[in-house]
Formats: sequence, structure tokens, C-alpha cells
Amino acid sequence: MQTRIDSRKFKKVTRRELLKLAPVLAVGAFAIPRLQEPLLKAGLGFSDWASARLFRSGHLATTFPDSDVVPLETFPINGYDVADPGVDLEKWTLTVTGAVQKPGDYKLTQFQALPPVRQNTRHVCVEGWDAIGRFGGARLSDFLQLVGADTKTRFVYVECADDYYESLDMATALHPQTLLCYEMYDQPLTREHGAPLRLQIPTKVGYKQAKYLTSLSVTNVLTRVGYWEDQGYSSFYGL
Amino acid sequence: MHEAVIEIESPKTGEVVQAAYEHPWAVRFSHWLNAVSLLVMVASGFQIFRAFPSFGAKIPQKDLLHWPQAFALGGWLGGGLQWHLTFMWIYIATGLFYFGYQMFSRNYRQVLFTPRDIRGVWPMVHYYFFFGPKPVVHEVYNPLQKLAYTSVVGLGILSVVTGLAVWKPVQFSWLAWMMGGFHWARIWHFAVMWAILFFLLGHLIMVILHGWNNFASMLTGWKKNPEYLER
Repeated sequence: MQTRIDSRKFKKVTRRELLKLAPVLAVGAFAIPRLQEPLLKAGLGFSDWASARLFRSGHLATTFPDSDVVPLETFPINGYDVADPGVDLEKWTLTVTGAVQKPGDYKLTQFQALPPVRQNTRHVCVEGWDAIGRFGGARLSDFLQLVGADTKTRFVYVECADDYYESLDMATALHPQTLLCYEMYDQPLTREHGAPLRLQIPTKVGYKQAKYLTSLSVTNVLTRVGYWEDQGYSSFYGL
Repeated sequence: MHEAVIEIESPKTGEVVQAAYEHPWAVRFSHWLNAVSLLVMVASGFQIFRAFPSFGAKIPQKDLLHWPQAFALGGWLGGGLQWHLTFMWIYIATGLFYFGYQMFSRNYRQVLFTPRDIRGVWPMVHYYFFFGPKPVVHEVYNPLQKLAYTSVVGLGILSVVTGLAVWKPVQFSWLAWMMGGFHWARIWHFAVMWAILFFLLGHLIMVILHGWNNFASMLTGWKKNPEYLER
């Protein structure tokens, strides 16, 4: 024998069941202009938090044989404004400040004197394209050791000749494939690729890999995160 | 088989109809929350795709399609990424909640496509697309529905797995490797989205063809006079 109810009672039942779906409307908060920005910021922040936890300092990005490397001519150049900010390569130095024992101006020869690393790695742009290139330079970790950086500090912050600026979490800065790059394809870095010194980080998306470095600071506090990050891009964006 | 079947009596006419409780709350909640997050993921995904609408090299760039900004969410690449990287957590959480509920309640038996459903697929296809005779319906979902819903859940899992390979091609290098590398992971992610959209198109057509009573069951859980209760 089945339960029998009258149709008015059934209407009440179905209405109650419909109301139980009300929690779905909570996502409507994203449609409210005043809440949208903080909610998306929180969502992106959560993604960055998760990214930092997923990052493994001992895990290396895949390296490729020379046959997989794209020709230098087709390796894309993505400056944010100018291809050549007019760096005087003769007089160039990197100014080092912050939590380091030996602050000061460092010449290119001092980077070249560190153990050289050459690696064929994949460059992944936030836009979605990727290209495998050949990069050479000094490990950022070796340089941080040279200047006596306090590696318990949270960030490495860099500024560039073209007003671009970037920051790196210390775990990524100490990663063995994170380079202060002064060579591409075994030749000195060309101006459009960031001469004389740029960051090259196979575990990060392209925009973190700043060109034309002019200063580097080891710090716990960032007043600015990065040129694109301060406009709404992910701060961590580890690959 | 059915959680609850009741009879409803109209006080005026004395007419009695049957109604079955087909969709538990957890399923309806997951369905609608997922509907929202899926749309956000697709629209913001297109916003991201607009930044480089190609799967070839950057130089020279050959665009695959020009997706109109009107059907993209976020306004610019950074905005699209914010939506995508926020709603992916809602999308994943909804999926996990759905799986947890289906397993725990054993309600999955209503929808999971199993080998014994294979025989019933062709008669349904024959009926829908080639004017064949209407097969007798015994269950809440017919074999073709089970196949479609089980497949789309599989596509949902694939969308997350391929997305993970695009988002973290270094940390999950084995995933990216399985898909043929980062470059291919991006292609797979895109292809899975189109497969889901293809399902969605069919799903919407079917919902429209089957009318209000069927649609309302995904809102209230209850369906009046379901076919499988006819005598």
C-alpha cells in the first residue's frame, strides 16, 4: 500500500524541496559588483597558497635534447613595453640590497665567475604558448650564497631597466634550475631577450622571468609584488 | 529501486496520480552548482584562450578561431584567469561532494552505466534518431541516459586532470608526459571542454523535448507519473 497524500500537501512537499536548493544561490555573490573583486582575489590567493604547497624544491623541470630546441629567431620576445630599454652594457651593474652580508654593485664578470649552468628547458607563457630554448647562466642560489643572503628571508625582489619589477618566493629562488641568465643558445644574451642579465626559471610562468635586471633585494616585505601581479595576475604562478 | 513512490489525490476530482522521488537533494544541489561553475569555467576558459587562440608556435602565429569577447568572462587574460582559478575549486569540490554522496548512499546504481545496460543503448538510439519503436522503460534512467551521464562525469574528471597538467606541467610532469607534454595537455583540455559542450547541447535539447514535469524533477526531486510506473 502506497502513501496517499492530497495534492495541496504534495505542493508543500515540492516547495520545501525546491527551497532546499537555495544554498546554490550563494555563488550569486560573485555577481554582486562590490563582492566580486574581493571574492576573486581570495580565490586567486587560495590558488597561490595551493601552488606554493605543490612546489617541490627537489623536483626538476624536464630538460630536452638539443634537437627539441626552437631556433633563436622563433623564440618569442615578450617585452611589456620596449624591446630595448637602452642599458649601457659597459657600465652595467646589479645593485644588491636587503638581508645580505655583502650588499653593493656586482659586475657581469662576477656572475660569469660562478659555476656556469646550461639547460634546455620549456618556457611557458601565461598566454598559453610555449617554446623550448637553451639558456645559460649562474644559479641564483649560488649568487645568493656569494652575497651572503639570509635564505630564511621570504622573497627575492628584482627591478629592471624598463620599470618592470618582479618577486620570487625563496623556495623557487633556491631551486637548482633558477638561473641568473646571461646566455641564450651559448651566446651572450641579446638586448631584446634581456641583456645583460635576466631571470630564467623553468618552474615559473614567463612573466616572472624578468629581463634587464638592475637591482636585487632579499626581503621579508614586498611593497610591490610584480608588474603584472599588481594588475591582477597570480603572484606565485609556479608551473 | 525507487526511494519513494507516493500517490497524490486531488481533493476536487478525486483523481489519483503517482509521483516518484527521483533525485536526492545532494544530486540536485551538485547538478545546479556544477551548472553554474561549468558555465563560468567555459566562459573564463575562452577568455584565457583568446590571449593565444592557437595550438601551434607563437612565431609565426596562426589563430585557430576568434572567439567573441561577448561570450568570454573576465574582460582580459588576468580577469579570465581569476575566474578560472577561483571556480576550479568550486568545480572540483562539487565533483568530490557528488562522488562522496553517490558512493556513500549507493545512489550511483541509478545512474552508473554497466555492461548490462549495453543491450539497451541501441533501441534508445533507434527510437530517438531513427523513428524506431519506443522501448519499455523500467528505471529512472534509460540505458542511453546512463551512458550519457556516466560519460559526462568521466569527461568532468578528464577536464580536471588535463587542467592540472596545463596549470602545473612541472609539478605534475608525469601527467603532462602522459598527454604528450604541456603543449598537448592544452589541446586535450580544450578538446574535453568541447566534448562537455557537445553533451550539454544534447542534454538541453532532451530537457526541452521532455517538458516541464521532467525538468521540475531536477528542482524538487519529485516526478509525477513517471513512465516506469505506468501499468
